Amino acid sequence: MRYLPKSDSERQEMLRACGLESPEELFAAIPEPLRLNRPLALDDGISEYEIVDYFRARSARSVAGEASFLGAGAYAHYRPVMVDTVVSRGEFLTSYTPYQAELSQGTLVSIFEFQTMICQLTGMDVANASMYDGSTAVPEAAMMAARITGRDGIVVARTVHPEYREVLETYARYQGLPVTEVGYDAGTGAIDLAALDAAVTDATACVILQSPNFFGCLDVVQAAADLAHARGALLIVVFTEAVSLGVVAPPVAADIVVGELQSFAISPSFGGPYAGVIATKEKFIRQIPGRLVGETKDVRGQRAYCLTLATREQHIRREKATSNICTNQALIALMATVFMSVYGKQGLRDLAAQNLAKAHYLAGQLDRRFAAPFFNEFVVRTGSRTPEAINEALLGKNIVGGLPLGRWYPELADCMLLCATETARREHMDSVAEAFA
Amino acid sequence: MIKKVRSHPTQNEPLLFERSSPGKKAYQLPALDVPEVDPAAALGGENVREEIPGFPEVSEVEVIRHFTRLSTWNYAIDLGVYPLGSCTMKYNPRINELVARLDGLAWAHPYQPETRSQGAFEVMAHLEQALEEITGMDAVTLQPAAGAQGELTGILLMRAYHEKQGNPRKKILIPDSAHGTNPATAAMVGYEVENIASNSHGMLDPEVLARAVTEDVAGIMVTNPNTLGVFERDIARAAEILHAKGALVYMDGANMNALVGIARPGDFGVDVMHLNLHKTFSTPHGGGGPGSGPVAVKKHLEPFLPAPRLKTTAEGLRLDFDRPDSIGRVRAFYGNFGVLVRALAYILAHGGNGLRNATVDAVLNANYIRRRLEPYYDLPYTAPNMHEVVFSDSKQAARGVRTGDIAKRLIDYGFHPYTVSFPLIVHGALMIEPTETEGKMEIDLLVDALISIALETENDPDVVKSAPHTTRVSRVDEVTAARRPVLRWKP
Repeated sequence: MRYLPKSDSERQEMLRACGLESPEELFAAIPEPLRLNRPLALDDGISEYEIVDYFRARSARSVAGEASFLGAGAYAHYRPVMVDTVVSRGEFLTSYTPYQAELSQGTLVSIFEFQTMICQLTGMDVANASMYDGSTAVPEAAMMAARITGRDGIVVARTVHPEYREVLETYARYQGLPVTEVGYDAGTGAIDLAALDAAVTDATACVILQSPNFFGCLDVVQAAADLAHARGALLIVVFTEAVSLGVVAPPVAADIVVGELQSFAISPSFGGPYAGVIATKEKFIRQIPGRLVGETKDVRGQRAYCLTLATREQHIRREKATSNICTNQALIALMATVFMSVYGKQGLRDLAAQNLAKAHYLAGQLDRRFAAPFFNEFVVRTGSRTPEAINEALLGKNIVGGLPLGRWYPELADCMLLCATETARREHMDSVAEAFA
Repeated sequence: MIKKVRSHPTQNEPLLFERSSPGKKAYQLPALDVPEVDPAAALGGENVREEIPGFPEVSEVEVIRHFTRLSTWNYAIDLGVYPLGSCTMKYNPRINELVARLDGLAWAHPYQPETRSQGAFEVMAHLEQALEEITGMDAVTLQPAAGAQGELTGILLMRAYHEKQGNPRKKILIPDSAHGTNPATAAMVGYEVENIASNSHGMLDPEVLARAVTEDVAGIMVTNPNTLGVFERDIARAAEILHAKGALVYMDGANMNALVGIARPGDFGVDVMHLNLHKTFSTPHGGGGPGSGPVAVKKHLEPFLPAPRLKTTAEGLRLDFDRPDSIGRVRAFYGNFGVLVRALAYILAHGGNGLRNATVDAVLNANYIRRRLEPYYDLPYTAPNMHEVVFSDSKQAARGVRTGDIAKRLIDYGFHPYTVSFPLIVHGALMIEPTETEGKMEIDLLVDALISIALETENDPDVVKSAPHTTRVSRVDEVTAARRPVLRWKP
């Protein structure tokens, strides 16, 4: 087998060195009745080009279409070629968590740069080295808020991504963290501040808000922060569309920012792998979950980097750790780091401006449901036809339309969520508008 | 004598921010085909940000050089054996990278119509079936993002099962040799942790277990082979003891590379387990992820698996959200799909026999290392080992040399160190896992280096204690890093 580098004679030689006659003896410690006494019922191994054929066939049966207007937590942005060039280097691809700093400086420096850029982008003081994705970072941030405040109530806006809320529900259930949902203002699409005011109590650890929210609306971060802080609760602001931060003011009023970085050159890949991140204020540094890289010096006085503050983590603290997270998303976070390096200060702004222009062009031809300002996603009414019927018509033109919202918001069964990024072309957007006409 | 490496200059490289200069660019956008929009008009002036302070501005060639230079400061499997115990650092086949980037898979949107997702669903269904066969379990969820999340999923399933029986119970038993993720996970599901002492062979003791298992125990989290690399000989008996009291057996599949094709957890009493696709199934570790932690269960736990589940219908594969007993979601969408593609490519490449042969070679490599190093390093537990071997530094400690020193000296010899100081039940542990993708020549070089270090410890311990001597950076000051944390660059 091509992945096994030994010749038969080497194998024999090594067996003899172990004092063994046959490979079966290597498993003598497994009691006979517990062994599998037949071959695995799997097909025989196949060659490289058969593998390519197998996946090409599946790839051909998984077609996003000529154009797609889906967003909702997974966005179609262009991926600069440099990203895969960098992450394909074996030194990044085939190394592991940089426990041994002396021969992991490459990974450590890139994570330090990642942490720095996330801070610059979000207006926070510290960021961790990554979480699995945005959805799992939300409950981790909520648990962090509960530790900081010594309270247990979690108040979450219904305009946080529905699947993120489902994950929050799963995590919170057995940790004694009751979750309360707060609705949205039917006119603006932002959080209903009166309802939030009623929901936040002296037992509330945090308020969780997404901006731009699931409807694409910029949410009222400052007002929510004032309300939460007045009762001693923290504000957690979530973003799923990282490119928005090229033009939208960062949520500096938040205590914790949770993000999904898929927009930064991470392919949609049917939902993963993505990279989440948690950023926060300096004073909460010891409560943040996940890996952190710090700058220090080596014994010769040279600048060097290492994993740090490990006493928060599971391998030291075991059941008292801030989280059970171990392996996270380093290589995917590196994609985001390269993306941020490629676009840089001006490029991210220019990219965000193009997203803004495309989405507003499309929205301008349709009946928007909510009044709040939006970045590159928005909710529209589908009028006399159902969202599903419109999508069916668009599929006929090989265009994947928007996301019908009735599945999570029955009151919006006549609406769909559309997204137009910089990759959306005018002719396709005109086709979408025609399908609504 | 150092045989594997000699020194070679590496490039210096500042942080990206220190390379920045206003106006440098590595990007160009196409001309807009729609009218420009004034951000202040569209968003409201107060919602528009100022420029991002400190964000880099560099050119294309600088981006490539920056990250290429950084990459040369890393060790990697592509450079040689990476014998981190419990991490299964095996070769990452490159075909897996290619197929994961095919357009229909890499650009599939999780909400695109199910009729247009059949290829992606087929990949998932095929992988689920293969993992069921490999583990001997009845059903698999691919949703968990990594091993620790697989554990969380598994213990949530356990809890849901017990709640359905009317009593969630209070405690999870965890052997003292366990990974730190196990107790951290149990705590996240609201369980108390009770540590179980290993016997003098480093194994589960059925008598100790029998005393610990009460009606309050929800289950046990056991790693098999355990973190000493030893197969738990009494695992079936242990499972009987737990099952007799209505408790369940969770298996941490971190060490599954020792069992594939040889023995199946489903055949020795395990009710629920996770797999690490980035260990056993060759997907790249990537400097610390992405992983993927599928969870396999027996039939009685299937109703509780995370939603949605794949379902075969007359119209093809569909997502089934109607799962009233489900624990809910543990992650948005369907898991780390791109990692699933790579793992399936690995399974297809090997086939059933190839996977078994891989296991044989992995166990052979570890036993060969044990046999050759036994004269030089103390082996605190002498039970037969499987895919990894754990020595202690007790012989070297007499000369003031500890496992961490030996590890650092190994770097000078051109190797990534083994896992240091774990498992905790071995004082001064050297935990070595070679995997099957190392040939005899590379293994011999590693063994020779460790023997050479053992001799240096006798003759010149200081050279070991002050290692590494040949790296770009020497030992780093981790104490100051933690005491005065500098976690971001500032101008």
